[in-house]
Amino acid sequence: MIEECFYKYKEREEKMPSLIRRTFIGRMLFVWSLSIVAFFVDPAPAMAEYGDVVINNYSDAAGMRPVVFPHWFHRIRFRCKVCHADLGFKFKAGGNDINMYKIIEGKFCGACHNGKVAWSVKNCILCHSGKPGTPIQIHESTQQELAVPTGFLTK
Amino acid sequence: MKHLLKFMHLSLLVTLLGALLNPAIAATSKPTTTKVPAPEPVYKYSTRPAAIAGGTNPFNRLLKVAKVPHQPPSNDEIHDPTNQGSSILQPPLEAYDGLPQTETGLGNGVHWVKALDDGHLKPRWERTDPTAEPMVMDMNIVRVPKSSMPDVVFPHRQHTLWLACSNCHPDIFIPRRGANQINMAAIVLGQKCGVCHGKVAFPVSECKRCHSQPKKVAVNGGGPN
Repeated sequence: MIEECFYKYKEREEKMPSLIRRTFIGRMLFVWSLSIVAFFVDPAPAMAEYGDVVINNYSDAAGMRPVVFPHWFHRIRFRCKVCHADLGFKFKAGGNDINMYKIIEGKFCGACHNGKVAWSVKNCILCHSGKPGTPIQIHESTQQELAVPTGFLTK
Repeated sequence: MKHLLKFMHLSLLVTLLGALLNPAIAATSKPTTTKVPAPEPVYKYSTRPAAIAGGTNPFNRLLKVAKVPHQPPSNDEIHDPTNQGSSILQPPLEAYDGLPQTETGLGNGVHWVKALDDGHLKPRWERTDPTAEPMVMDMNIVRVPKSSMPDVVFPHRQHTLWLACSNCHPDIFIPRRGANQINMAAIVLGQKCGVCHGKVAFPVSECKRCHSQPKKVAVNGGGPN
Protein backbone atom coordinates (compact mmCIF):
# COMPACT_ATOMS: atom_id res chain seq x y z
CA MET A 1 0.00 0.00 0.00
CA ILE A 2 2.66 2.45 1.07
CA GLU A 3 4.96 1.37 -1.75
CA GLU A 4 2.18 1.87 -4.29
CA CYS A 5 1.61 5.34 -3.00
CA PHE A 6 5.29 6.01 -3.13
CA TYR A 7 5.63 4.91 -6.74
CA LYS A 8 2.60 6.89 -7.82
CA TYR A 9 4.06 9.83 -6.05
CA LYS A 10 7.38 9.27 -7.80
CA GLU A 11 5.68 9.17 -11.19
CA ARG A 12 3.83 12.36 -10.51
CA GLU A 13 6.97 13.95 -9.26
CA GLU A 14 8.89 13.14 -12.43
CA LYS A 15 6.17 14.63 -14.59
CA MET A 16 6.13 17.87 -12.72
CA PRO A 17 8.48 20.76 -13.35
CA SER A 18 10.97 21.24 -10.59
CA LEU A 19 9.49 24.34 -8.99
CA ILE A 20 6.05 22.82 -8.62
CA ARG A 21 7.62 19.59 -7.42
CA ARG A 22 9.38 21.44 -4.66
CA THR A 23 6.25 23.21 -3.53
CA PHE A 24 4.39 19.93 -3.62
CA ILE A 25 6.96 18.29 -1.36
CA GLY A 26 6.80 21.34 0.84
CA ARG A 27 3.06 21.03 1.14
CA MET A 28 3.30 17.33 1.94
CA LEU A 29 5.84 18.06 4.65
CA PHE A 30 3.64 20.79 6.03
CA VAL A 31 0.62 18.49 6.17
CA TRP A 32 2.69 15.77 7.85
CA SER A 33 4.04 18.13 10.44
CA LEU A 34 0.52 19.40 11.13
CA SER A 35 -0.81 15.88 11.58
CA ILE A 36 2.05 15.04 13.92
CA VAL A 37 1.41 18.16 15.98
CA ALA A 38 -2.34 17.49 16.02
CA PHE A 39 -1.69 13.98 17.34
CA PHE A 40 0.20 15.18 20.38
CA VAL A 41 -1.64 18.37 21.24
CA ASP A 42 -4.97 18.01 22.98
CA PRO A 43 -7.57 20.60 22.05
CA ALA A 44 -7.78 23.39 24.58
CA PRO A 45 -10.80 23.03 26.86
CA ALA A 46 -13.46 25.67 26.46
CA MET A 47 -13.40 27.82 29.55
CA ALA A 48 -16.34 30.10 28.93
CA GLU A 49 -18.64 30.96 31.78
CA TYR A 50 -21.32 28.64 33.16
CA GLY A 51 -24.56 29.42 31.36
CA ASP A 52 -23.04 31.13 28.36
CA VAL A 53 -25.36 30.35 25.45
CA VAL A 54 -24.03 29.94 21.93
CA ILE A 55 -26.74 30.72 19.38
CA ASN A 56 -25.90 29.54 15.91
CA ASN A 57 -29.22 28.99 14.13
CA TYR A 58 -28.35 31.10 11.10
CA SER A 59 -25.01 32.78 11.86
CA ASP A 60 -22.62 30.29 10.30
CA ALA A 61 -24.68 29.98 7.16
CA ALA A 62 -24.86 33.77 6.88
CA GLY A 63 -21.11 34.14 7.26
CA MET A 64 -21.32 35.76 10.68
CA ARG A 65 -19.70 34.55 13.86
CA PRO A 66 -22.15 32.76 16.14
CA VAL A 67 -23.70 34.76 18.98
CA VAL A 68 -22.45 34.20 22.53
CA PHE A 69 -25.01 35.25 25.11
CA PRO A 70 -23.55 35.70 28.60
CA HIS A 71 -26.25 34.80 31.11
CA TRP A 72 -24.21 36.01 34.08
CA PHE A 73 -23.84 39.51 32.65
CA HIS A 74 -27.56 39.90 32.10
CA ARG A 75 -28.46 38.28 35.39
CA ILE A 76 -26.63 40.99 37.28
CA ARG A 77 -28.83 43.61 35.62
CA PHE A 78 -32.16 41.91 35.05
CA ARG A 79 -34.16 39.19 36.76
CA CYS A 80 -34.97 36.05 34.76
CA LYS A 81 -38.59 37.14 34.49
CA VAL A 82 -37.84 40.15 32.29
CA CYS A 83 -36.61 38.07 29.37
CA HIS A 84 -38.18 34.69 30.02
CA ALA A 85 -41.68 35.91 30.84
CA ASP A 86 -42.06 39.42 29.40
CA LEU A 87 -39.98 39.10 26.25
CA GLY A 88 -40.93 35.50 25.56
CA PHE A 89 -37.53 33.84 25.49
CA LYS A 90 -38.10 30.09 25.83
CA PHE A 91 -35.85 28.10 28.14
CA LYS A 92 -34.10 26.51 25.20
CA ALA A 93 -30.79 27.31 23.55
CA GLY A 94 -31.43 28.02 19.89
CA GLY A 95 -35.13 27.41 20.40
CA ASN A 96 -36.34 30.96 19.90
CA ASP A 97 -35.72 31.34 16.17
CA ILE A 98 -34.20 34.79 16.61
CA ASN A 99 -33.11 36.69 13.53
CA MET A 100 -32.00 40.25 12.93
CA TYR A 101 -35.36 41.33 11.49
CA LYS A 102 -37.09 40.45 14.75
CA ILE A 103 -34.39 42.19 16.76
CA ILE A 104 -34.63 45.39 14.71
CA GLU A 105 -38.41 45.28 15.13
CA GLY A 106 -37.84 45.35 18.89
CA LYS A 107 -38.48 41.72 19.68
CA PHE A 108 -36.21 39.44 21.72
CA CYS A 109 -32.77 41.12 22.14
CA GLY A 110 -34.11 44.18 20.37
CA ALA A 111 -36.40 45.02 23.27
CA CYS A 112 -33.36 46.36 25.14
CA HIS A 113 -30.61 46.47 22.54
CA ASN A 114 -32.10 49.50 20.81
CA GLY A 115 -29.77 52.22 22.00
CA LYS A 116 -32.13 53.19 24.83
CA VAL A 117 -31.99 50.49 27.50
CA ALA A 118 -28.75 48.96 26.21
CA TRP A 119 -26.41 49.56 23.29
CA SER A 120 -27.93 49.17 19.85
CA VAL A 121 -27.69 46.37 17.33
CA LYS A 122 -25.16 48.33 15.32
CA ASN A 123 -22.45 46.85 17.53
CA CYS A 124 -22.43 43.60 15.56
CA ILE A 125 -19.13 42.28 16.90
CA LEU A 126 -20.17 42.42 20.55
CA CYS A 127 -22.82 39.70 20.11
CA HIS A 128 -21.48 37.92 17.05
CA SER A 129 -18.24 37.10 18.81
CA GLY A 130 -18.10 33.30 18.91
CA LYS A 131 -15.65 31.07 17.12
CA PRO A 132 -17.06 30.16 13.71
CA GLY A 133 -18.58 26.71 13.70
CA THR A 134 -19.32 26.56 17.44
CA PRO A 135 -22.48 24.48 17.84
CA ILE A 136 -25.59 25.68 19.70
CA GLN A 137 -25.08 24.99 23.38
CA ILE A 138 -25.51 26.11 26.94
CA HIS A 139 -21.92 26.08 28.00
CA GLU A 140 -20.98 23.85 30.95
CA SER A 141 -24.56 22.64 31.34
CA THR A 142 -24.97 19.25 32.98
CA GLN A 143 -26.41 17.87 29.77
CA GLN A 144 -23.45 19.08 27.75
CA GLU A 145 -20.98 17.62 30.21
CA LEU A 146 -22.76 14.28 30.14
CA ALA A 147 -23.65 13.94 26.50
CA VAL A 148 -20.65 15.32 24.68
CA PRO A 149 -17.34 13.46 24.71
CA THR A 150 -14.37 15.31 26.12
CA GLY A 151 -12.71 17.77 23.80
CA PHE A 152 -15.19 17.37 20.96
CA LEU A 153 -16.78 20.75 21.46
CA THR A 154 -13.66 22.70 20.79
CA LYS A 155 -12.87 20.91 17.55
CA MET B 1 12.64 32.03 -5.39
CA LYS B 2 14.29 28.67 -5.78
CA HIS B 3 16.67 29.32 -2.90
CA LEU B 4 13.96 30.68 -0.70
CA LEU B 5 11.88 27.54 -1.17
CA LYS B 6 14.87 25.37 -0.49
CA PHE B 7 15.57 27.28 2.70
CA MET B 8 11.94 27.01 3.82
CA HIS B 9 11.88 23.28 3.31
CA LEU B 10 15.15 22.81 5.09
CA SER B 11 14.03 24.85 8.05
CA LEU B 12 10.78 22.91 8.19
CA LEU B 13 12.68 19.65 8.19
CA VAL B 14 14.99 20.86 10.92
CA THR B 15 12.12 21.97 13.14
CA LEU B 16 10.33 18.70 12.54
CA LEU B 17 13.38 16.66 13.40
CA GLY B 18 14.01 18.85 16.38
CA ALA B 19 10.46 18.37 17.64
CA LEU B 20 10.78 14.61 17.27
CA LEU B 21 14.22 14.29 18.80
CA ASN B 22 13.78 16.79 21.59
CA PRO B 23 12.24 14.36 24.12
CA ALA B 24 14.95 11.82 23.33
CA ILE B 25 17.71 14.37 23.92
CA ALA B 26 16.05 15.59 27.06
CA ALA B 27 15.82 12.03 28.36
CA THR B 28 19.50 11.26 27.75
CA SER B 29 20.97 14.41 29.24
CA LYS B 30 20.51 14.31 32.98
CA PRO B 31 19.91 17.61 34.71
CA THR B 32 22.65 18.57 37.15
CA THR B 33 20.32 20.12 39.70
CA THR B 34 17.15 18.51 40.99
CA LYS B 35 14.20 20.39 39.60
CA VAL B 36 11.72 21.73 42.08
CA PRO B 37 8.27 21.11 40.62
CA ALA B 38 6.44 24.33 39.94
CA PRO B 39 3.64 24.83 42.46
CA GLU B 40 0.17 24.08 41.15
CA PRO B 41 -1.50 27.42 40.52
CA VAL B 42 -4.19 28.06 43.07
CA TYR B 43 -7.46 29.24 41.62
CA LYS B 44 -10.32 30.53 43.59
CA TYR B 45 -12.50 27.83 42.17
CA SER B 46 -11.29 24.59 40.74
CA THR B 47 -13.61 22.75 38.42
CA ARG B 48 -11.37 19.72 38.55
CA PRO B 49 -11.91 16.80 40.88
CA ALA B 50 -8.99 16.35 43.29
CA ALA B 51 -7.86 13.11 41.67
CA ILE B 52 -7.47 14.73 38.27
CA ALA B 53 -5.83 17.81 39.73
CA GLY B 54 -3.23 15.57 41.35
CA GLY B 55 -2.42 14.03 38.00
CA THR B 56 -3.06 10.44 39.05
CA ASN B 57 -3.87 9.34 35.55
CA PRO B 58 -2.72 12.00 33.13
CA PHE B 59 -2.56 9.70 30.11
CA ASN B 60 -6.20 8.76 30.25
CA ARG B 61 -7.69 10.74 27.41
CA LEU B 62 -11.20 10.27 28.73
CA LEU B 63 -10.41 12.47 31.70
CA LYS B 64 -11.15 16.08 31.16
CA VAL B 65 -8.38 18.50 30.37
CA ALA B 66 -7.83 20.93 33.21
CA LYS B 67 -9.93 24.05 32.93
CA VAL B 68 -9.10 27.44 34.26
CA PRO B 69 -12.48 28.91 35.12
CA HIS B 70 -13.62 32.51 34.66
CA GLN B 71 -11.36 33.34 31.75
CA PRO B 72 -11.89 36.70 30.04
CA PRO B 73 -13.93 36.37 26.82
CA SER B 74 -10.91 36.79 24.57
CA ASN B 75 -9.35 33.68 26.09
CA ASP B 76 -12.26 31.37 26.83
CA GLU B 77 -12.17 29.23 23.67
CA ILE B 78 -15.80 30.02 22.86
CA HIS B 79 -15.33 33.64 21.86
CA ASP B 80 -13.24 34.23 18.77
CA PRO B 81 -10.02 35.96 19.87
CA THR B 82 -9.61 37.42 16.38
CA ASN B 83 -12.92 39.24 16.80
CA GLN B 84 -12.30 42.79 17.97
CA GLY B 85 -15.44 42.77 20.10
CA SER B 86 -14.25 39.84 22.23
CA SER B 87 -11.70 42.00 24.02
CA ILE B 88 -14.23 44.77 24.67
CA LEU B 89 -16.57 42.45 26.59
CA GLN B 90 -16.35 42.51 30.37
CA PRO B 91 -14.38 39.68 32.00
CA PRO B 92 -16.60 37.74 34.43
CA LEU B 93 -14.30 38.05 37.44
CA GLU B 94 -14.51 41.82 37.20
CA ALA B 95 -18.28 41.58 37.52
CA TYR B 96 -18.20 39.01 40.34
CA ASP B 97 -15.99 41.21 42.48
CA GLY B 98 -17.63 41.56 45.89
CA LEU B 99 -20.42 39.07 45.24
CA PRO B 100 -20.92 36.29 47.81
CA GLN B 101 -19.61 32.91 46.71
CA THR B 102 -20.87 29.40 47.16
CA GLU B 103 -18.88 26.85 49.14
CA THR B 104 -18.40 24.52 46.21
CA GLY B 105 -17.67 27.06 43.50
CA LEU B 106 -19.78 25.03 41.08
CA GLY B 107 -21.57 26.83 38.31
CA ASN B 108 -20.52 30.46 38.34
CA GLY B 109 -19.39 30.09 41.95
CA VAL B 110 -21.63 33.02 42.80
CA HIS B 111 -24.39 32.70 45.40
CA TRP B 112 -26.92 34.65 43.37
CA VAL B 113 -29.77 34.56 45.86
CA LYS B 114 -27.52 35.68 48.69
CA ALA B 115 -26.17 38.44 46.49
CA LEU B 116 -29.73 39.60 45.95
CA ASP B 117 -30.70 39.30 49.63
CA ASP B 118 -27.59 41.15 50.80
CA GLY B 119 -28.16 43.94 48.33
CA HIS B 120 -25.06 43.35 46.21
CA LEU B 121 -27.26 43.14 43.14
CA LYS B 122 -30.22 45.21 42.10
CA PRO B 123 -31.43 43.54 38.93
CA ARG B 124 -34.51 45.08 37.39
CA TRP B 125 -37.87 43.34 37.67
CA GLU B 126 -39.30 45.39 34.81
CA ARG B 127 -37.37 46.07 31.65
CA THR B 128 -37.58 49.85 31.82
CA ASP B 129 -38.67 50.52 35.41
CA PRO B 130 -35.82 50.33 37.93
CA THR B 131 -38.16 50.79 40.89
CA ALA B 132 -40.50 47.85 40.22
CA GLU B 133 -40.45 45.20 42.94
CA PRO B 134 -40.98 41.47 42.46
CA MET B 135 -44.11 39.73 43.67
CA VAL B 136 -42.57 37.38 46.19
CA MET B 137 -44.41 34.34 47.51
CA ASP B 138 -42.95 32.75 50.61
CA MET B 139 -44.06 29.15 50.62
CA ASN B 140 -41.90 26.08 51.07
CA ILE B 141 -42.82 22.76 49.54
CA VAL B 142 -41.27 19.64 51.01
CA ARG B 143 -40.84 16.64 48.79
CA VAL B 144 -39.93 13.24 50.21
CA PRO B 145 -37.65 11.28 47.88
CA LYS B 146 -38.06 7.52 47.68
CA SER B 147 -34.33 7.09 48.16
CA SER B 148 -32.31 7.64 51.32
CA MET B 149 -31.50 11.20 50.32
CA PRO B 150 -32.63 13.97 52.66
CA ASP B 151 -35.95 15.59 51.89
CA VAL B 152 -36.11 18.32 49.31
CA VAL B 153 -37.28 21.73 50.44
CA PHE B 154 -38.42 23.85 47.53
CA PRO B 155 -38.50 27.50 48.55
CA HIS B 156 -40.89 29.61 46.49
CA ARG B 157 -39.38 32.79 47.90
CA GLN B 158 -35.96 32.40 46.27
CA HIS B 159 -37.57 31.46 42.98
CA THR B 160 -40.16 34.25 42.87
CA LEU B 161 -37.39 36.75 43.55
CA TRP B 162 -36.14 35.98 40.05
CA LEU B 163 -39.01 34.46 38.15
CA ALA B 164 -42.67 35.01 37.36
CA CYS B 165 -45.22 32.29 38.15
CA SER B 166 -45.80 31.72 34.44
CA ASN B 167 -42.21 30.67 33.91
CA CYS B 168 -42.79 27.37 35.72
CA HIS B 169 -46.57 26.98 36.00
CA PRO B 170 -48.24 25.16 34.41
CA ASP B 171 -45.82 24.10 31.66
CA ILE B 172 -42.97 22.71 33.75
CA PHE B 173 -44.74 22.06 37.05
CA ILE B 174 -48.46 21.48 37.39
CA PRO B 175 -49.44 23.65 40.38
CA ARG B 176 -51.15 20.86 42.25
CA ARG B 177 -49.94 18.70 45.10
CA GLY B 178 -48.83 15.26 43.94
CA ALA B 179 -49.24 16.05 40.25
CA ASN B 180 -45.53 16.24 39.43
CA GLN B 181 -43.32 13.21 39.08
CA ILE B 182 -39.74 14.38 39.52
CA ASN B 183 -36.61 12.26 39.44
CA MET B 184 -32.93 13.01 39.17
CA ALA B 185 -32.59 11.41 35.73
CA ALA B 186 -35.13 13.85 34.33
CA ILE B 187 -33.42 16.76 36.04
CA VAL B 188 -29.99 15.82 34.72
CA LEU B 189 -31.45 15.55 31.22
CA GLY B 190 -32.79 19.07 31.48
CA GLN B 191 -36.40 18.58 32.49
CA LYS B 192 -38.32 19.78 35.57
CA CYS B 193 -35.82 21.53 37.89
CA GLY B 194 -33.17 20.81 35.26
CA VAL B 195 -34.67 23.39 32.93
CA CYS B 196 -32.64 25.91 34.93
CA HIS B 197 -30.57 23.93 37.44
CA GLY B 198 -27.58 22.57 35.57
CA LYS B 199 -27.75 25.28 32.92
CA VAL B 200 -27.92 28.67 34.59
CA ALA B 201 -28.96 28.16 38.19
CA PHE B 202 -26.65 26.14 40.47
CA PRO B 203 -26.03 22.64 39.10
CA VAL B 204 -27.41 19.42 40.55
CA SER B 205 -23.99 18.49 41.89
CA GLU B 206 -24.79 20.83 44.76
CA CYS B 207 -26.97 18.12 46.29
CA LYS B 208 -27.39 19.68 49.70
CA ARG B 209 -28.88 22.92 48.56
CA CYS B 210 -32.05 21.07 47.54
CA HIS B 211 -31.85 17.93 49.66
CA SER B 212 -31.61 20.04 52.75
CA GLN B 213 -34.00 18.63 55.33
CA PRO B 214 -33.09 15.48 57.30
CA LYS B 215 -35.38 12.58 56.67
CA LYS B 216 -37.83 11.75 59.40
CA VAL B 217 -36.97 8.11 59.89
CA ALA B 218 -40.12 6.07 60.40
CA VAL B 219 -40.45 2.91 62.45
CA ASN B 220 -40.10 0.80 59.34
CA GLY B 221 -36.76 2.37 58.59
CA GLY B 222 -37.95 5.03 56.23
CA GLY B 223 -39.81 2.77 53.85
CA PRO B 224 -43.03 3.69 52.07
CA ASN B 225 -45.69 4.81 54.51
